[in-house]
Amino acid sequence: MNWQAIRAIYRYEMARTFRTLAQSVLSPVLSTVLYFVVFGSAIGSRIDAVEGISYGAFIVPGLIMLTLLQQSVTVASFGIYFPKFIGTIYELLSAPISFIEIVIGYVGAAATKAVMIALIILATSTLFVDLHIQHPIWMIGFLLLTGISFAMLGFIIGIWARNFEQLQLVPLLVITPMVFLGGAFYSASMLPPFWETVTRFNPVLYLISGFRWSFFGVADVPVGVSLAAVLGFLMACLLFIGWIFRSGWRLRN
Amino acid sequence: MAPVISVQNLGKSYDSGTVALRDVSLDIEQGEILALLGPNGAGKTTLISSICGLVTPSSGRITVGGHDIAIEFRKARALIGLVPQDISIEPFEKVINTVRFSRGLFGKPRNDAYIEKVLRALSLWDKRNAQTRELSGGMKRRVLIAKALSHEPRVLFLDEPTAGVDVTLRRDMWQLVRELRDDGVTIILTTHYIEEAEEMADRIGVIDNGRLLLIERKDALMKQLGRKHLRMQLTAPLDALPGTLAGRGLSLADGGHSLIYDYNTQAERSGITSLIADLAEAGISVRDLDSRQSSLEEVFLRLVEEGQA
Repeated sequence: MNWQAIRAIYRYEMARTFRTLAQSVLSPVLSTVLYFVVFGSAIGSRIDAVEGISYGAFIVPGLIMLTLLQQSVTVASFGIYFPKFIGTIYELLSAPISFIEIVIGYVGAAATKAVMIALIILATSTLFVDLHIQHPIWMIGFLLLTGISFAMLGFIIGIWARNFEQLQLVPLLVITPMVFLGGAFYSASMLPPFWETVTRFNPVLYLISGFRWSFFGVADVPVGVSLAAVLGFLMACLLFIGWIFRSGWRLRN
Repeated sequence: MAPVISVQNLGKSYDSGTVALRDVSLDIEQGEILALLGPNGAGKTTLISSICGLVTPSSGRITVGGHDIAIEFRKARALIGLVPQDISIEPFEKVINTVRFSRGLFGKPRNDAYIEKVLRALSLWDKRNAQTRELSGGMKRRVLIAKALSHEPRVLFLDEPTAGVDVTLRRDMWQLVRELRDDGVTIILTTHYIEEAEEMADRIGVIDNGRLLLIERKDALMKQLGRKHLRMQLTAPLDALPGTLAGRGLSLADGGHSLIYDYNTQAERSGITSLIADLAEAGISVRDLDSRQSSLEEVFLRLVEEGQA
C-alpha cells in the first residue's frame, strides 16, 4: 500500500475544499437554514408534533441526510471526473498506485468534506430548535457510513460520466427525489398505506430512519435493518469499484 | 548490462478496431537518449502509454528495471517519470503544490530541498506560488516536467516535448535533457522534429503504422542509410546525356547546366573515379562540384515510404 500517495491525494482534494470554502461550505449551510426557516419555523409552527417530537426538530436528521448525500455524491464524482476532464488523470494512472489508493484518497476526502458540512448543519440547527441526541455514537456511525458509501457512489458516477451533464444527472434526478420521498420531512407512517409500502422500496428511507432513531429513539424501520441497508449499499459499491479496478472500465482504454 | 526497459512483442488494438501497435520489440539501455520518430498516428504515444501504464497492452510483455509492468507495477512505475504531449494540468493549484502532489503520488516523502532544486533548474522557482492557470504555455510545460522529475525517476519519457515551444525553451529543454542523462537518467522522447532527434539522440527508432521500422545508433544510421548527393556544374550545358554515360544513375538538372549523381557512402566503390574518367572521355568539362550528405529527414522519409510500399 502506498500511504504517501493516499495522503497526497487526500490533501490535494481537501486543499480544493478549503480553496473554495465559500461555495463549499456556505452554500449548503445557507440552503439548510432556509429549510429551517420555511419548514421548521413558518410552516412547522402550524404542524403538530410528529411521534412526540416537535416538527422543527423532527426534520433535522432528514435535512442533514439530504445534505450529506448530495455533498458526498457531488464532491466525489467531481473529484475524480475533473482529472478525467482536464487530462491530469494520466498522472494517477501512471503512478505506482492501485485503484485502492485512488479510491481511499478521493472517497476519503469527499466523505470528510460531506461529514464536516453535516456537522456544521447540525450545529446550525441547534440555533433554531432544541436538540437532544439520544445515541451520539450511532449518530456518528451512520454519518460516517453513509458519507463513505455515497462518496463511493459518487466516485462510480464520476468514472462513468462522459460529460458534465451526466455528472449532474444522478444527484439531481435520483438523489434529491429519493431523499424527499424517503421521509426527510415526514414519517412514513403519515402516508396512506399504499404509499407507505412504496416508500419501503426507497433505500434512503432506511438511512433517514436509522439516523433519526439515533437522535430521538423513534424510527420507521428497526435500526438493525437500517444498519444492514447501509452496510449492504457499502458492499455493493465496493464490489462495483473492485470490478472497475479489474477491468479498467472507462479509464485505461 | 541488462536493459532498463525491455519491450517484447507488444501489440495494442483499441476497442474501435484501430491497431496502434503490431509486434513491437525493443530494448532501451540505461543512460541513453532514445528518440522515437514517426508521423502523427504512427503509434509513438501508444507505445509510451503502454510502458507507463496508461494503456493496457493487448499482447506482449514489458519490463522496467527488470520489473514486469503488469505484475510488479508499483516497482516498475516508481522508476518512471512521464511528461505527456498535451498540457494537462490542474489550473487552480499553486505550482509548488502540484509538484509536491506528484512526488507524494509516487510514494516519496516530502523533500522541499529537492523540489526547490527542480523548480530552480526549470526557472520556475519565482513562480512557485502562482496558480498554474496564470502561466504561459511554455511555463506550463515546464511545470509538467517538474512534476515528472519530482520523484527522482530513473527513466524519463518526454512525449513531443518541444511541440509548440519557442526556440529558447527548446534549447533550455535540450540542455536539461543532457544534464539528466549525465546524471544517469534514461530518456525516451518522441518527436516529429527530425532536427531534435538529430541533435539529441544516441539512438533513433522509427515507427510507422504501428511497426518499429528500425532502431539504430544515430551515427550508424546516418552512415548506413546516408547517401551523398554530388552536383557537378558543367562548363557548357547539355541537351541530353551522352549514350556512354547511360545507366550510371546520372541525371540532368538546371536546364542541362548541372549533372546530379547520387551514391551510397557505404558502398565499396563510389564510382566517382570512373565517372570522372568517363566524363572526360565524353568531352564534358566540369566547372565546380559540391557533395552533400543526406539529412536524417530524408532518411526518415525514405524509410516511411518504403514501409508503406
